[in-house]
Amino acid sequence: MEALMMLLRTTLELGLVNSLVVLALFLSYSMLNICDLSTDGCFTLGATVGAAVAIAGHPFLSIPAAMAAGMISGFVAAFLQTKMGINSLLAGIIVNTALYSVNIAAMGGSSLLNLNRTDTVFSRMKTALDGTFLAGGHKLIFGILFTGAVLVLLSLFLRTRLGLAIRATGDNTDMVKSSSIDPSFTTTVGLCLSGSITALSGCLLAQSQKSANIDMGSGIVTVALASLLIGRVLVKRGGIPLKALGAVAGAILFRLVYTVALRLNMPAFMLKAVSSVIVIIAISTPYLKEKFPMLKRRLAARRESRRTGKGGPDA
Amino acid sequence: MLKLKDISKTFNPGSPNAKLALDGLSLDVAPGEFVSIIGANGAGKSTLFGAIAGEFVPDAGRVIIDGADVTLEPQHRRAKNIGRLFQDPMRGSAPGMSIEENLALASGRGGWFGSVKATDREFFRERLSQLGMGLEDRLKHPVGLLSGGQRQALTLVMATLNPPKLLLLDEHTAALDPATADKVMELTDRTVREGSLTCLMITHNMQTALSFGSRTLMMDGGKIIFDTSGEERKQLTVPDLLDKFREAAGKALDSDRMLLTDD
Repeated sequence: MEALMMLLRTTLELGLVNSLVVLALFLSYSMLNICDLSTDGCFTLGATVGAAVAIAGHPFLSIPAAMAAGMISGFVAAFLQTKMGINSLLAGIIVNTALYSVNIAAMGGSSLLNLNRTDTVFSRMKTALDGTFLAGGHKLIFGILFTGAVLVLLSLFLRTRLGLAIRATGDNTDMVKSSSIDPSFTTTVGLCLSGSITALSGCLLAQSQKSANIDMGSGIVTVALASLLIGRVLVKRGGIPLKALGAVAGAILFRLVYTVALRLNMPAFMLKAVSSVIVIIAISTPYLKEKFPMLKRRLAARRESRRTGKGGPDA
Repeated sequence: MLKLKDISKTFNPGSPNAKLALDGLSLDVAPGEFVSIIGANGAGKSTLFGAIAGEFVPDAGRVIIDGADVTLEPQHRRAKNIGRLFQDPMRGSAPGMSIEENLALASGRGGWFGSVKATDREFFRERLSQLGMGLEDRLKHPVGLLSGGQRQALTLVMATLNPPKLLLLDEHTAALDPATADKVMELTDRTVREGSLTCLMITHNMQTALSFGSRTLMMDGGKIIFDTSGEERKQLTVPDLLDKFREAAGKALDSDRMLLTDD
């Protein structure tokens, strides 16, 4: 029982930290309709910058610093696609590649930073909670706190005129222009925000696991996308807050399934393959559903022509 | 209100597909004028709207709206003064957002961080009720659920929520079924007259071109070849218009679509 509770708590902690990346994608992928492939590097950027600032002795500054770094990364990705004529997928990949160097630089040339003896917001909280009934719950508290705050702020933001403009940019760019709003501006704001949320997630994960390394973010865009798409299945209709909540639930559910799979002896390295398969299924299902009736007719026609011994309609 | 001076535009210059879409076109539209524009496919009608709205910068000439030279202004900045409807009813609104959210974005009220207030909602309801389509009771419905006619009517409301200096209608009823097209055209006429809007309307329907508005232009080869208003226009019939075209362009109007529409 004790072990099960521990397991559930770890799942929830990791699910909540991951759900921040999912919320970032909720903004860039679901709202702006941009698949931001710089997410991987941006996540690591949050981790490395946050860790470096914490090691330098500023545990509280580490979080805004990581978010600011993520915002700059989002800005560059947006700039490349709105002002430099670079395709959005390519812009993401280019930024992602550049971030590898930036991340190594942020870690002072090493590919790993150890935070075991570093004063972080997590260690502060842990000390503060020692002896109370919440002892050991610092990771969970941070997870709930940050996810809740981002969820609420994001939902409120998407109701403002700027938020509506960002949603419309992904929905109908023409209409944004005719509302006298520059779509490159809304794209930039959206990607800056999603970048800062992604980096926040990376920063929190590094501090909670007491280390940052260069590979932390690799594949996280697919994992988060899988969670986001699971969330869409969970919450099919409803307003933005509900859908955002669905994204968080998707992240937690994904983590839960993953934990159960690990218990059932699935090797840990399978995580990314499983995420990829989930993303493939989720995105291709509607497409295949649409194609299916035509495929059925074609097969029936082929059977028919074979039965009658004649060629198809064009024979 | 609108002044075009010697506008020229060639698409794909220097290539085998080069096309002179606007050929030194000049036009002066007075405030409150409702101008209908007809012409065969490729006459440059939509390109003319593109030049006014700022989709591209013309190769030569100037675009002046309400006294201000906007030739080099980007599209989204000009949009403040221009309302525009397209043939495709899906182009004017965001399907994933609710009617209310679409209107809120079009209204431009409350600054970047403002959100829809009760007074805004009342205003939207009132404007929508004028359509007589029951949309005022569906503020929270996603726009994607509306029919083409409803979406075009909504776009009309969005485009005129803040009275624009210029309303551009690009065959905005052509994709609708005849009954809906009549309804939307009637709404358009009322909106333009009530708001005393300056309006340019492209249509393929010659009868519509003559029955609505106060001035009719005929375009061919990127030029205005015939311009009529006042008493002369009141006397014109569709056959007259076809004759005028033959006279001015030196050839018969070769658009089947136009000839076959005779309601």
